[in-house]
Amino acid sequence: MSRDTALVSADWAEKNLDAPGVVFVEVDEDTSAYDTGHLAGAIKLDWKTDLQDPIRRDFVNKAQFEALLSEKGISNDDTVILYGGNNNWFAAYAYWYFKLYGHGDVKLLDGGRKKWELDARPLVKDTVTRPATQYVASEPDNSIRAFRDEVVAAIGTKNLVDVRSPDEYAGRLLAPAHLPQEQAQRGGHIPTAISVPWSKAANEDGTFKSDDELRKLYGEAGLDDGKETIAYCRIGERSSHSWFVLQELLGHPNVKNYDGSWTEYGSLIGVPIALGDEPGEA
Amino acid sequence: MTAPTAAGCAAPDQAAPLPASIDLEKETVITGVVHSAQGEAVPGAYVRLLDSTGEFTAEVVTSPAGQFRFFAAPGNWTLRALSRHGNGDIAVTAGRGVTEVTVTVGD
Repeated sequence: MSRDTALVSADWAEKNLDAPGVVFVEVDEDTSAYDTGHLAGAIKLDWKTDLQDPIRRDFVNKAQFEALLSEKGISNDDTVILYGGNNNWFAAYAYWYFKLYGHGDVKLLDGGRKKWELDARPLVKDTVTRPATQYVASEPDNSIRAFRDEVVAAIGTKNLVDVRSPDEYAGRLLAPAHLPQEQAQRGGHIPTAISVPWSKAANEDGTFKSDDELRKLYGEAGLDDGKETIAYCRIGERSSHSWFVLQELLGHPNVKNYDGSWTEYGSLIGVPIALGDEPGEA
Repeated sequence: MTAPTAAGCAAPDQAAPLPASIDLEKETVITGVVHSAQGEAVPGAYVRLLDSTGEFTAEVVTSPAGQFRFFAAPGNWTLRALSRHGNGDIAVTAGRGVTEVTVTVGD
């Protein structure tokens, strides 16, 4: 994978809004932004109600994903362009998810909603409906998904990349600073995890930094190219953003997203936790 | 004790009153409005909270009345606002409770 295959620019998107076989999908947790205006022809996915199982603490399974994409009118051979707010956090999460279920051609819109809005590009309020399809998903590709036991086993052996803000990493905050801080779980990070906040991979307008800047960022942070990598954050969406950078833009092999992330790890009984700004010992 | 939006990372409604569950004895709330140079509220601006080293911490989008709100920690911060009318930033020193700030964007 590379920038050319995984990413499209806002200019490209604006010229291809009507292109046959291209489906634009806005992904957010709070879809009210979509309702106030979206890219022409774009459909919406709600991170919580569409992509999470309503009962189990997990995301939707293969059959649920097939039903969702069929109902939304996405075909297996469509080129899916994902974008959203929050610097594409949830769009990157959905990208990871489309990859997990084997979608052939999926890309992110560089800069997401933010760049689009700051550029004053056109947004419309039309209701978008697409004819239903018969979408067929692959079995989940767990080579890109990490589970808790494997994360605990990776301490001191694999690259662990904590992509939350420095204060969350150190245990001074339990959640991003635009949210109330009343989570019940412990603060801190997984011992030996390096801190590379997701935001360092993005420019102010939400676009990704250049490949050279990104390679320098992870190199200086101590990422070992010879090891497998697991990225995590709090609920797995910011780490999808960093997973996207490492695997899809920079082409690192063997990168996994730990979607259980800190909300799971920081609530496990008996696992080691490191506090403060240093990675800590295994 | 959990506010409706606390389970996720989406930008909460920036115009909503502080939830009753928020304990201002413990929370450090930085809130305010984004104004244009002409003094008009700027809705849809992207407000970024940067820590004392200038590192990005969080970002929200202003409400129709130009309002924003962060739950931070006591200390020195910078607020930087981006909008299609221009950008602007301001330094803030916050303690526990509510700190109110106005960020002006554009010329």
